[in-house]
Amino acid sequence: MDQIRAADLKPTFDEMNGFGQGIREPYAAVANWLDALRVEDLRKKSAEAELLFRRTGITFNVYGDTEASERLIPFDMIPRIISAAEWRRLSAGIEQRVKALNAFMYDIYHRQEIIKAGRIPAELVVQNSAFVPEMIGLDPALGIYSHIIGVDIVRTGENDFYVLEDNTRTPSGVSYMLENRETMMHMFPNLFAENRVAPVETYPDKLRKTLESVTPRNLDNEPVIAVLTPGQYNSAYYEHAFLADQMGVELVEGPDLVVQNGVLNMKTTQGLCRVDVLYRRIDDDFLDPLTFDPSSVLGVPGLFDVYRAGNVTIVNAPGAGIADDKAIYCYIPEIIEFYMGRPPILQNVPTYNCRKTDSLKYVIEHMPELVVKEVHGSGGYGMLVGPTATREEIEDFRARVKARPENYIAQPTLALSTCPTLVEEGIAPRHLDLRPFVLVGDEVRLVPGGLTRVALRKGSLVVNSSQGGGTKDTWVLQD
Amino acid sequence: MLGRTANDLFWLSRYIERAENMARLIEAGYRIALQPRIGDDQDSEWISTLESTGCTDAYKAKHGEITTKNVIDFLLFDPSNPSSIHTCLSSARRNARTQRTALTREMWESLNGSWLEFQAIRPDTLRSDALPRILDWVKERSAGYRGAMLNTILRNDTYFFSQLGTFLERADNTARILDVKYYVLLPSTNMIGTAVDTAQWETILRSVSAHMSYRWVYKESYRSWRIADYLILNRAMPRSLHACYDKIDEALADLSSLYGEEKPCLITAKSTLALLHRGDIDTIFQSGLHEFLLDFIARNNRVAQEISEAYHFTG
Repeated sequence: MDQIRAADLKPTFDEMNGFGQGIREPYAAVANWLDALRVEDLRKKSAEAELLFRRTGITFNVYGDTEASERLIPFDMIPRIISAAEWRRLSAGIEQRVKALNAFMYDIYHRQEIIKAGRIPAELVVQNSAFVPEMIGLDPALGIYSHIIGVDIVRTGENDFYVLEDNTRTPSGVSYMLENRETMMHMFPNLFAENRVAPVETYPDKLRKTLESVTPRNLDNEPVIAVLTPGQYNSAYYEHAFLADQMGVELVEGPDLVVQNGVLNMKTTQGLCRVDVLYRRIDDDFLDPLTFDPSSVLGVPGLFDVYRAGNVTIVNAPGAGIADDKAIYCYIPEIIEFYMGRPPILQNVPTYNCRKTDSLKYVIEHMPELVVKEVHGSGGYGMLVGPTATREEIEDFRARVKARPENYIAQPTLALSTCPTLVEEGIAPRHLDLRPFVLVGDEVRLVPGGLTRVALRKGSLVVNSSQGGGTKDTWVLQD
Repeated sequence: MLGRTANDLFWLSRYIERAENMARLIEAGYRIALQPRIGDDQDSEWISTLESTGCTDAYKAKHGEITTKNVIDFLLFDPSNPSSIHTCLSSARRNARTQRTALTREMWESLNGSWLEFQAIRPDTLRSDALPRILDWVKERSAGYRGAMLNTILRNDTYFFSQLGTFLERADNTARILDVKYYVLLPSTNMIGTAVDTAQWETILRSVSAHMSYRWVYKESYRSWRIADYLILNRAMPRSLHACYDKIDEALADLSSLYGEEKPCLITAKSTLALLHRGDIDTIFQSGLHEFLLDFIARNNRVAQEISEAYHFTG
């Protein structure tokens, strides 16, 4: 099983085998199952699962790829397992983090005390393209800006978890968390009888409760919720439809909405119907052509005025992207200390901020060892992984960083943990990360689990689905 | 429900129904093309098939001359033909994908499965005897989809708009088939009772899959006025205009009671239903079968238009 070792990197922690001292406890039952299983059987099951996904239409669209515009995200059937104790620590850290992020956003859109206290440079916030000046002084329901957050976590050792980045705008992937579990339970019911796996299917219900809790003030009736999608050609369209369906709310597109008499309405078969909470899956810029990008046809003219008047709640709030900006990321430990009065439970990955002269010098000199990221990039685009890059790619990035240092950060290349994964040559370790989805409303709600993304190419550290990554079912065990 | 959703569901049903009707029409036409020449030249059946589906001009622009192979390819596989089975299935699937939340999982899987299988067919590699199998497959998939719908869908507006799409499309289709062939049903034709007539009549019945049930209902050989009576006025025949309007009336009445408001489309549908209910075939023949059918097609379009307006299909 261990023919292929990730020997090209520093010692790599394997979720099942640790550093090679035997099967780790959470994996005991799954290791036995794997031992008894033939690779061909697993492949057969894998093909069956793929057919299931294809039939259900669980696909995502790849931009600029017209050939196969609806693609499947490869699903690996060997689960990623987190022990109950590990999860307790992770969830405490995540809860602390999302509360701090929301407190930070409330502050910078109001009194900006963290800036006055000199803990974070003013220009980093107010000149940041993710900062939305229109939000200054506006009071969203319950003071929450980011209601749905995906926290990307990586692991390098038994107790070494790091937050790689926060996704505070419109994180996606939660439908895969749910569908992966459905598929696993369908294919291997016995595994769930042998392992005490915490259920994840409460997510849609928790999401609905969260959305209901941030309804605009002074509303008497039950709030009307809608999910706003850019439409069926968007890469995450399946997820938008899935979530609306699971919550039992309308899935709307910009042209279905209209602002009239100071409230937001959707056009129904019986005329206009007021919408109170809008879970939008389109970017800030497209929300309202009157306030933001005037060329947008995805949004709703006048929406922002309704929002400003407190007659609708937009989830996540416009301007929530400031909290997952990669330049702000370096300051998150400070931010947690400042608002929570305690040191962070979950660590950041050490980060070199290229706007600082000494950091820049270090990054330029050590580029082949580092992961370099564009401050505003996402989805694995605009990123250099030093150890696996070619000489030309490194030279190209070096020139780009020198030209606009404030646009880049760099991090040491972490030996991300691996997990046994079914690949062409058999079962072999592949690197992975973890994205739990956390909901912030009248309380913080966290489903035990998340989306595990796995880099299917040997040695690759890029897990993004747009870059050929796959997913695994993620188990949190119960005591 | 969003107006756009209602529109998409309505058209989704129309596309599926259209694909199924197209399969029946091709089947009937293909049967004639296989038979030794009788009467008219062999192209005439394909001409009336194209005519019934409103495809004549588009076909001529693309292919000019009528050949069995080209007609079949145009009606089955051509994505540039807005009425081809290809276009119907891909449009239905696109609508379904947009309205995933309104469909049950079974409905979606049935439609998605149909489209994936249809896409896998390579028309240029098909053997000539594959056609009946493909046409059967289309009818099966359409029946499968309707079965999934009837078995799993909530009896609310989702269901009512889907029913409306199906039966407005079906009524339109039956009326057009009759209208294209109305002259062979007229008693003034000088070849009454000849083999030509019988074959033509049988084709009409076949294109709505009614050639078997006819005998059970009328207990005698084909008579032109009986055929017209069967397809227009007999409410037991599931593709007759009367049967379609029973369903349309039912769906609109259900919608009105669900929404608590009666719309003009209900009035128009009720008066059309009354016309069919009171109608008798002798009077229809006397005052002109062709005129009756033209008037019916116009009424049917008006109902569709009024539904679209009443329920804000386009906002």
